[in-house]
This record gives sequence, structure tokens and C-alpha cells, in this order.
Amino acid sequence: MAERVFTWLDERLGLTAIYNTVLDRKVPKVNWWYTLGSASLFLFVIQAVTGMFLTVYYVPSPDHAYDSVQYIMNGVAFGWLIRGIHHWGASLMVLFVFIHMLRTFFFGAYKYPREVTWLTGVFLLLTTLGMGFTGYLLPWNQRAYWATTVGTEIPGTAPFIGSFIERILRGGTDLSAVTLARFFAVHIWFLPAIILLLIAVHMYLVIRLGISNIPKEGE
Amino acid sequence: MSDHLDRREFVKIVTAALGTIMGAIVGLPAIGYLISPALRVQKNEDWISVGPLEKYPVGKPTLFSFTRSKVNGWEKTVNSYGVYVVRTSETEYTIFSNMCTHLSCRVNWKDEAQEYICPCHDGHFGQDGSVTAGPPPKPLIRYEETKIEDGNLMFFFKES
Repeated sequence: MAERVFTWLDERLGLTAIYNTVLDRKVPKVNWWYTLGSASLFLFVIQAVTGMFLTVYYVPSPDHAYDSVQYIMNGVAFGWLIRGIHHWGASLMVLFVFIHMLRTFFFGAYKYPREVTWLTGVFLLLTTLGMGFTGYLLPWNQRAYWATTVGTEIPGTAPFIGSFIERILRGGTDLSAVTLARFFAVHIWFLPAIILLLIAVHMYLVIRLGISNIPKEGE
Repeated sequence: MSDHLDRREFVKIVTAALGTIMGAIVGLPAIGYLISPALRVQKNEDWISVGPLEKYPVGKPTLFSFTRSKVNGWEKTVNSYGVYVVRTSETEYTIFSNMCTHLSCRVNWKDEAQEYICPCHDGHFGQDGSVTAGPPPKPLIRYEETKIEDGNLMFFFKES
């Protein structure tokens, strides 16, 4: 029965073709460094899922942000686990994406015909850092507040347009409720949407072009 | 088919088993996370002590105020309530809610009128709680369950 249902679906959706193209594609003999891309993707999924769960109780308002995080940690069953995974997953994701970039660089995997894969990867690294920056403010504790104060002051030192950029980041002169709300919006809507799009292009190219060999001596 | 387990089969089984375990480790806490606030039922009734009976003069309804707090998530709400303790004799007493049955304003006992008067729409209640004038549809709520414990008068309070 299950087989007949599968055949019926496969005939219409081309599931076997997708499986063959995506998972059964030919890969050169590679090593553990080549798993960092998959690991980054896995961490992104983990962050997306735990992040969705956190929004069930989190409130992006100065009146409630800190208390709602305390409630997640102490009031809700397994809230500490969900937030813990999101917290550690965030650091791990930055780390993995960064080492993934290093591997690509040192193995020369960014060269023809994979330049666009590399370019989307650069933006994926930047958006990942953006997620870290915007997410850091959300607990609304002293560390979050002052880290973001400093973090938004840094672009503020740029000549001519610096203070304008700082005001755009903060949504005004001061770090305020507006800052928290816009950091939250960027953290859960804007950046994830951009990341999803970039991942789609990145992975399409990985599947289309295949992955590069480990370079041999003298290459 | 032999009972020999080939490599492909083995990997499949191990993957499925590990996947199930990992899914359960993550999935079950996730369900608990979502439903845990629903498992906390707050009591909306309790015995309230209004103090020793001697505190209240015979024949004159006397107001006793108290507060009850509720915690929902990170939000704490404190509500104030009031009851009129009426001693009709040395041993008999009744306890009325001071909430008008019309639109929930607080009624006040007026000695000169010998009535409870609601300031909102001029509802009048007699000392026994019955409506004597104005819009209230029902007499004042009377707390039937009372007891004296360790010299303190107590009544069973239910939030409406």
C-alpha cells in the first residue's frame, strides 16, 4: 500500500529525481572539513526552530523583554533548554560558518566556476553575524544594552554619515524601545528571509556545480 | 533472503533509531514547553479571614477590604475586594459583597439612610442586602459559607 502511494506521488512529483540529484550526486573523495556546510545548515534549522519556540513567550518591549526571558528560563517547562540551545547554537553557527569559509578559502574552492557560490557565502557569513548582533540585544539585560550601545556607536564614528547610520540602527538618538523593536524585527523577519534566499542560491549552486576536490600538491 | 544484515540495512536501522531518539529528546520537551502554562491552574476561591468578630459593632455594617493577586506568566495582577460584615446580634452575622449587582460598582453603607447606596446609578440595598430602589436586578451577593476559626471570622470567597 505504502509503495503504491509512493509510486503515485513519485510519478507526479518526481521525488526519485529530486533524491538522485540532491543526495545521490557524485562527490570526490573528501574529508571531515567538507561537513561544515551541512553542519551550518543544520545549525540554521535548529536556530530557526528554537527561535520560533522562543517567540511564543518573548515580548520585544522594554517593559516586558527581560521579565519574559526570565519567565522562559524559570516559569516554562524546558524553557531553559530551548533558550540554551538557541544561545549556544548561535555561537556555534558563527564558528561553523567561519571555519567553513576558511576551508573554502584554503582549499581554493572559491575559484572558477564557483565564484557566485563564494559570493553568496560571503553574504551568508555577514547575515549570520547580523543575526548575532541583533539577537544579542533581545534579552534586554545590562550586557545586551551596553553591548548594543557600543556596537551602534562604532559605525557612528564613520566620517560624515556616521551619526546618521547610528540613528538608523537605533531608530533615533538613543537606544530605546524603538531599537529593541527594530532589532527584533530584523532578527526574526528580515535577516532570516535574506538568509533563506541566500541558502537556496548557495545550495542550488553546490548541487549544480558539484563540490571541488581536495587540491593536490603543486596545484 | 538470508538473516545476514548487510551494511546498507544496518545503516538504515541505526539512522532510524538515532533519529527517533533525537526527535524524542527534542520533541517531547518542545511539547512540554508549549503546554506548560496551561497546566498551571490558579485557585479563584479561598477562605478569607476578616479578623475577630468583636472588631465589628452589632447592627452596623462594617467594610472589610482585602486584595488577591494573580500571576500570569511575567505579569502580576492585584485585585481589591470589599465585603460588609453585618452582625445582627452577638452571635449572628452575615457577610455581603460590596459589589453592586447592576454594573459592579462598589456600594457604600450610609448610616443616615440605613442603606447601601451605589454611587454609579443610585442603586439602593437594604441592610439585608435586598434591592430597595434603583436599577440593580438582584440583591447583594451573600457569602453563605462562614466559620469561626481560632477566634477569627472566616468566609469562603469565590471570584465571580
